Amino acid sequence: MRYSLSSILRNAATGHKHWPKQWRQPEPKKAYDIVIVGGGGHGLATAYYLARNHGLTNIAVLEKGYLGNGNIGRNTTIVRSNYLCPENGQFYEHSLKLWEGLSQDLNYNVMLSQRGVLNTFHTPAQRDAAIRRGNAMRLHGVDAVLLNREEVKKLAPAIDCSPGARFPVRGGLLQPRGGSVRHDAVAWGFARGADARGVDIIQNCEVTGIRIESGRVRGVETTRGSIAAKKIAIVVAGRSTLVGNMAGLRLPIESHVLQCFVTEPVKPILDTVVSFGADHFAVVQSDKGGLVFNGSLDGYNSYAQRGNMETLESVAACASSFMPCMSRLRLLRHWGGINDMTMDGSPIITRTPVKGLYFNGGWCYGGFKATPASGWTYAHLIANDEPHEFASGFTLSRFETGLVINENGAGPQPGLH
Amino acid sequence: MTGQSHRLPQGGLIDRAQTLSFTFDGRALSAHPGDTLASALLANGVHLTGRSFKYHRPRGLYSSGPEEPNALVTLGTSGRTEPNIPATMVEVYDGLVARSQNRWPSLKFDALAVNSLLKPFFPAGFYYKTFMWPRSFWCRLYEPMIRRAAGLGALANEPDPDRYKHAHAHCDILVVGAGPAGLMAAREAALAGARVLLADERPAPGGHLSGETIGIDGKPGAAWAGAVADELAAMENVRLLSRTTVYGRYDGMTFGAVERVGDHRAPDSSSPRQRSWTIHSDQLICAAGAIERPLVFAGNDRPGVMLAAAARSYVNRYGVLPGRNVVVFTNNDDAYRTANDLAGAGARVTLVDSRAEGEVAARALLPAGVEAHYGEYVAGTKGRAHLRGVTLASSGRGIACDLLCVSGGWNPTIHLLSHTGRKPVWDEATASFAMTDPGDGAFAAGGAAATFDLGLTLREGATAGRAAARACGCRLSGKADIPKAGQLPAYGVEALWRVPDAMSKAQGSFVDLQNDVTVADLELAEREGFGHAEHAKRYTTLGMATDQGKLGNVNALGILSELRDMPVAQAGTTTFRPLATPVALGAIAGQARGRDLRPVRHTAMYRWHESHDAVFTQAGLWLRPYYYPREGEDFAAAAAREVHAVRSSVGMVDISTLGKIELKGPDAGAFLDRLYINSISKMKLGRTRYGVMLREDGMVFDDGVVARLGEDHFFITVTTAHAAQVMQHMEFCHQVHWPELDVQFCSVSEAWAAIAVAGPNTRDALARCVTGLDLSNEAFPFLAAGEGRIDGAPVRIFRVSFSGELGYEIFAPAGSGAGVWRAIMEAGEPYGITSFGTEAMTVLRVEKGHVAGPELDGRTTAADLGLGRMMARKKDYIGRAMAEREGLVGAGRQQLIGLKPVGKDGALRMGAHLVNELGAVGPDVSQGRVTSAAYSPTCGHFIALGVLRDGRSRIGERLYAVSPLHEEQVEVTVTQGVFVDAQGERMRV
Ligand SMILES: Cc1cc2nc3c(=O)[nH]c(=O)nc-3n(C[C@H](O)[C@H](O)[C@H](O)COP(=O)(O)OP(=O)(O)OC[C@H]3O[C@@H](n4cnc5c(N)ncnc54)[C@H](O)[C@@H]3O)c2cc1C
Repeated sequence: MRYSLSSILRNAATGHKHWPKQWRQPEPKKAYDIVIVGGGGHGLATAYYLARNHGLTNIAVLEKGYLGNGNIGRNTTIVRSNYLCPENGQFYEHSLKLWEGLSQDLNYNVMLSQRGVLNTFHTPAQRDAAIRRGNAMRLHGVDAVLLNREEVKKLAPAIDCSPGARFPVRGGLLQPRGGSVRHDAVAWGFARGADARGVDIIQNCEVTGIRIESGRVRGVETTRGSIAAKKIAIVVAGRSTLVGNMAGLRLPIESHVLQCFVTEPVKPILDTVVSFGADHFAVVQSDKGGLVFNGSLDGYNSYAQRGNMETLESVAACASSFMPCMSRLRLLRHWGGINDMTMDGSPIITRTPVKGLYFNGGWCYGGFKATPASGWTYAHLIANDEPHEFASGFTLSRFETGLVINENGAGPQPGLH
Repeated sequence: MTGQSHRLPQGGLIDRAQTLSFTFDGRALSAHPGDTLASALLANGVHLTGRSFKYHRPRGLYSSGPEEPNALVTLGTSGRTEPNIPATMVEVYDGLVARSQNRWPSLKFDALAVNSLLKPFFPAGFYYKTFMWPRSFWCRLYEPMIRRAAGLGALANEPDPDRYKHAHAHCDILVVGAGPAGLMAAREAALAGARVLLADERPAPGGHLSGETIGIDGKPGAAWAGAVADELAAMENVRLLSRTTVYGRYDGMTFGAVERVGDHRAPDSSSPRQRSWTIHSDQLICAAGAIERPLVFAGNDRPGVMLAAAARSYVNRYGVLPGRNVVVFTNNDDAYRTANDLAGAGARVTLVDSRAEGEVAARALLPAGVEAHYGEYVAGTKGRAHLRGVTLASSGRGIACDLLCVSGGWNPTIHLLSHTGRKPVWDEATASFAMTDPGDGAFAAGGAAATFDLGLTLREGATAGRAAARACGCRLSGKADIPKAGQLPAYGVEALWRVPDAMSKAQGSFVDLQNDVTVADLELAEREGFGHAEHAKRYTTLGMATDQGKLGNVNALGILSELRDMPVAQAGTTTFRPLATPVALGAIAGQARGRDLRPVRHTAMYRWHESHDAVFTQAGLWLRPYYYPREGEDFAAAAAREVHAVRSSVGMVDISTLGKIELKGPDAGAFLDRLYINSISKMKLGRTRYGVMLREDGMVFDDGVVARLGEDHFFITVTTAHAAQVMQHMEFCHQVHWPELDVQFCSVSEAWAAIAVAGPNTRDALARCVTGLDLSNEAFPFLAAGEGRIDGAPVRIFRVSFSGELGYEIFAPAGSGAGVWRAIMEAGEPYGITSFGTEAMTVLRVEKGHVAGPELDGRTTAADLGLGRMMARKKDYIGRAMAEREGLVGAGRQQLIGLKPVGKDGALRMGAHLVNELGAVGPDVSQGRVTSAAYSPTCGHFIALGVLRDGRSRIGERLYAVSPLHEEQVEVTVTQGVFVDAQGERMRV
């Protein structure tokens, strides 16, 4: 059923008793043309764009838990395209453009809220780095504005812009078109859209093995039986290396915990997404009123989706210092998600040495904003067996050649990106 | 001041001799010590305390604990404004100021209550289906509207004037909850010799006993609890923390807790408001009790509907009668105590029990005069700002009442047992989710273990205390001494997730009170495919309110299981996450707030800089002099003067922030050979060398000076930014790659102050203060290293130069740094020696073409920076193999070059990009960038270093340096990167 003013009025009149399931709950078939492993944002977007852009619908998305249990439902929901490296710049800008039309395209309100993403800077060196990045963005055709201290204060009065701060604010780099999106809606909207075009979305179906014969994929083993497939697309976010191992892939990826935090809801205090340049802290106020934020990685490899107290204390310190009014705001909940960190901080979307097997992963802590473009370009790769121009740099071979896409310059220490 | 209309003439654990005054929404009211804000409001007849989140429905006090969903208030004023605090947890003090929230213009009349009328259009998840047309309206109209309506209380945009502290505690056994189970557990464990920490969020021990009439060992429950707590307090191995909420459990038996040190008194800054504890324990005993479950029926959210045990606790603990005409609606025996206690306090009570009469043993306990209905439900309520009556389901009878007490059974409080990933399981006997297997090192006792009999609770507490003590190695002796508890009715709960006809009135039957989630919302969620507990939560916002689903979640699971036609045991639960109860961010931050967010690092000469008007800049945690303005000088003028002093006479700069590492051992040279791209082990004694390190991936990591002070003795400097990382890298390499190398090293960054002195007159100036070292060019040539004394202190002197002038770096023990600095200042006085800051330092090194932080940005190779010739061919070193990869050596790399404006007065800025033509946009437009730029007083125009695609072959080319952010474009010429003394003669004189 299409969502429209009239369908809503009609249903309101009948007590909302006639809304259909937003997607079916089919039994897995014996075989599909394409099996997508992982029903997170990227997996669902891939399925949707395979159907929408390439007319391919004999597809199953296999999800080991309930749909959207992974990072798609655990992240800080920030979207932006303020990248330095050109490969990232064009890819994330494509993504942001897709976000801008996504609610209408999906007929599902994902609540893109372009209230701007601001990165503050606190030293002359940081200012210069911000100018470098902002200019790179502008030359990529992306919007960017440099703000001075007064402008930062005006945009986000909650920020302590006083000279007495521990790290006084000197200014900030603003991407006005950045913002946030309602994360669960993204998973559900893509699921509904893919399902409506005939894709089977199968929950509680964990892939436990990948069948390969003479260098070509044949199908997957799952907790709900074997499923044959001509093409298999891995897109499992925090489990890339584990699923990669099933096909003998050795990936330049480490898995780390990143925590996310949310406070009690309060009346609007912060309009813009801000990230604190002097430490690790990025915050957005949700439409519900909670302040949602994250800090740095917890600092060790883990698959446990929960975090430690050091990070908790560190973000609380940043929050109540950067925005002193948050000192008396109460933290409600915090949780962890597993980020697959690559050696250069940029993702991988590629063919693999196994014929018919594709890999998409290594999104570090920035893959939410990538969701539409990741699906779009991955679908292109799967359909045509050729990389999409906007994702052609996201190869595995770059780690051999050295043509890495090192966005922050941290080098081959995944935990530092 | 109004009278306390609902205060009983006697009873309660309050001090009637004293009266306190406080305000609620500006109204002056009175209370007694021992009151919570909730009990005080009830005593004053105030029931309406708040508005719900979505529909702004009037809501009243619902509970007496931290699970309170409705009575959330804003406390305090200006910087002490604190929103969303449950009135049930606030101890009243004289002068307390509280306000209701989420209403406009007033609590009684709230304009947004119209939302309630629009309810048919706003079911769960409605926003996913609407607000999309026209596209631009979401951001401009709908979202701002939603944002304004949402949120609960408001923050004041002012700094918090209070203080917070961090503390660590170590114990063998952490006991959470000082109710009967926790007290018994703590006592047994402590008697066995274990170090016990007992934490409870309430001001006094006793847990629910304080709200009950039941006694232990012939004493009232609270008195018994007080006596046990006194006994524990006298033991050396016990620490009692009251007003302390353990909010989270983390891996490795670490717990977070917050102690409300000062919240129960008028604010004063002499002591911390709250203390944040990190508790490291060996064992956990969770004795956190249980939380009563609401019942779900139409109109179950009116002010005047309250949990049954809460109602009797207001009578017993606070001497307040929350209602005079009372209906008790229950599915279990426990609420009979409420009927009993309220009737005893003079209320007229009617009991409605969903169970069939024959099944209820407790009916014998009802006092005379209580009318009881069995197999009956409350089907609806009347009233608006306050409850006026209820309607019964089968008889259709109306009963007038001003209080409806509900009990749907009890949920064990098991958050701390679940935070590290354990899932509770359904327990049919108690109709609850319980932690039957709490896992290694953890125990549950009492209500938290779904035990609802007091005698059993005491025994279970004792058993857990002993088992935990044994687990951490204590020897037990004798048997536990279990006190005798009064008799309670059997619990006899029969699950009731919603009264049967809640379906027909689903819209008015609330499951999550604060977030306004109704049965209809759950039905819709299930209908649309969101029936899984986790999906329903996200789709309807169930359990995401400030009580985190403590009240509503289990009912919701029950309802969903019915809708999905599966046993509740299979419906699954959502995940418990810390924090068990919300905590102020300031408290978690502790001292690390505001100026104390991170430590400030000062060099030994900091005071001198300060008293000489230095303007400081941040460098990591350090404060460094940026420039030293003199009367009438701005930034540029000061920097130009400082540069000029160095080029023409002598200047000095504090470089103490450099990382410094000292190495000793027969393999020290070999070790450094493997770290630096150039050869180190062949260096002569008493010499220095410029060294470059790569990362594993072949990119430049760091640069600095290596000095050989002895055959087996080296001293290296590393950049300020990478000081810690280089040390880590060296540790890693030694411990993991080459443990066989006989070398010891340690960071001595803090041990040495460092000063760079440079300029043509440097030698003459230094000669006036240095003793024990011949500084003549013959005895101490360029790149020499030696030791001498300045101002009596032993110093290390290296003849190196980043400015291209005759220069020395002087290292003095940190304690002597300030003295040495002053001595050099004095010695240089005849030459007009000038202190300079980091800005002049940048200008000087750019003039000389030296790379620094902006060029070493982690993406440049040694070859890119023109240092390729330093890369030794005959040895291996970290990064060598990877530096030879095609991507790092091929064409198209951005290489270091110099830049100058074509017109003399063009200004260059760092961060500008280099483009071939103006106006183009795209991924390949940027050819490189300006890495470091400065106005050079020496050259008389701007100069810059930059990196440019294939730059070394483009010397002489003209390009544009553009900064679209500033709408600037400057035509530049590509040059060699050295602007001053290209032959390098001046530093060798
Ligand atoms: C705390 C946190 C904050 C973040 N904040 C941001 C942010 O603000 N902005 C941003 O852009 N990005 C952010 N990210 C990153 C972003 O969330 C992720 O990069 C992105 O969501 C990953 O893609 P996904 O949605 O497909 O992942 P997921 O949702 O994790 O999807 C992967 C799916 O694969 C399934 N799966 C795994 N193994 C198997 C198997 N064997 N068989 C079947 N299924 C399997 C999983 O169950 C999961 O559902 C954040 C991440 C975290 C953890």
